[in-house]
Amino acid sequence: MNSTVLVNIFRFIGLLTLQVMVLNHINLFGFLNPYPYILFILLFPVNGNRAALLVSAFFLGLCVDMFLDTSGPHAAACVVLAYVRRNYFKLAFGVSFEYQTIKINDRLSPERFSFILMCIVTHHLILYLLEVFNLGLIFSTLLNALYTTIFTLIISLIVIYLIKPAKE
Amino acid sequence: MQQIFNFLYKNSIFLLFLLLLGISLIFTIQSHSYHRSRAVSSANAVSGYVYEQVNNIKAYFNLREQNQALAFENARLQSLLYNTQDTANRPEIKIDPAFADYKVIQGKVIKNAFSRQKNYLTLNIGYNDGVRKDMGVLSSRGVVGYIEQTSANYATVISVLNKDFRLGAKIKKNNHFGTLTWNGKNTGYAQLTDVPRLAEVTVGDTIVTGAESTIFPENIPIGTIYKVNRNTVTNYFELDIKLFNDMTSLDYIYIVENKHRDEIIKLEEATTPTTTK
Repeated sequence: MNSTVLVNIFRFIGLLTLQVMVLNHINLFGFLNPYPYILFILLFPVNGNRAALLVSAFFLGLCVDMFLDTSGPHAAACVVLAYVRRNYFKLAFGVSFEYQTIKINDRLSPERFSFILMCIVTHHLILYLLEVFNLGLIFSTLLNALYTTIFTLIISLIVIYLIKPAKE
Repeated sequence: MQQIFNFLYKNSIFLLFLLLLGISLIFTIQSHSYHRSRAVSSANAVSGYVYEQVNNIKAYFNLREQNQALAFENARLQSLLYNTQDTANRPEIKIDPAFADYKVIQGKVIKNAFSRQKNYLTLNIGYNDGVRKDMGVLSSRGVVGYIEQTSANYATVISVLNKDFRLGAKIKKNNHFGTLTWNGKNTGYAQLTDVPRLAEVTVGDTIVTGAESTIFPENIPIGTIYKVNRNTVTNYFELDIKLFNDMTSLDYIYIVENKHRDEIIKLEEATTPTTTK
């Protein structure tokens, strides 16, 4: 049990609690709820165990599904995001990302911003397409995904700034 | 053999990904097929407990509105009582509780949802309190939905605002039947489809539950006609119904059990397959 594992367990529980108790009840304009719980997947250590990330992302999504009565879409979206996260690191930070020490929760740079944005867009697109599951409603689905993406992005950036670890 | 192990080891992450994605997709597809119940729902001890705690705190913030709603309902019931004709000489009607058609249980919504296509509510009472699948849920203002799943102490409800919701309803003044559904667009309005063309409909008519519903008693209010559309393919009416209930703020609700439901369903299944609830 080293501190990284503990921090991640704490983050898992903390973000899930925040999501379920507060953020699911916002209903901005009657229908918008942000999903910043995916920050757990984004903030997972860059070179951490990928299998652990996949499994924990799956259970995180499943927990949110359970609370929201959606059964499935959140888990699927989280698993996909956890899998493609590595490619997004490459896209945003360059090929040699493994040798750099990337910290997502640090000063906002264009690279960090684009990484967060790509992750949120991927997650929300899959989430909304699976949740609505109706091609006839594709336009309103995409529009909803767009609005929620903006909302999640704002909340995520706020959360990142709030939980930014103090300088040692 | 060695090569198979090598392949599995090399692609273990990808295979794990496929496995987890497969499981979640199965859950998703299951939840979208209508007659299958969902694999994960909030009617379980963990989420039920959490929602109950959250609701305990939230309940303090709308005590005033709840009081007002109760006083309003009391006033309505009192006016019903005082306006009954000749209460003194009317023969007393005695219904033996064992023969009563409907049983009512009181409960509370601890989780409301209305922002998605398929909305489910969670209640603070469950199997131990006598709640079973397919019982009707209503508030003092009208229909809310029906029970989908129960656990020991909690239950989930398919809300009127759910694309899977189906309910037999009728126009109060002329008894023309239709099916109440929701098109997923506006939380204040539901749709009454399959109303025959010969029915006389005017904006403002009251819609109530129909007699063929095995879940609800007849004549439970639902809403009023807001807009009249005609389906150009089938030539049936499709009416937009303004709901009496504000589905975005629900608190105390009643659950009705039709004691003859099983008997009716058995009889109907023996005759024709039916889809309307």
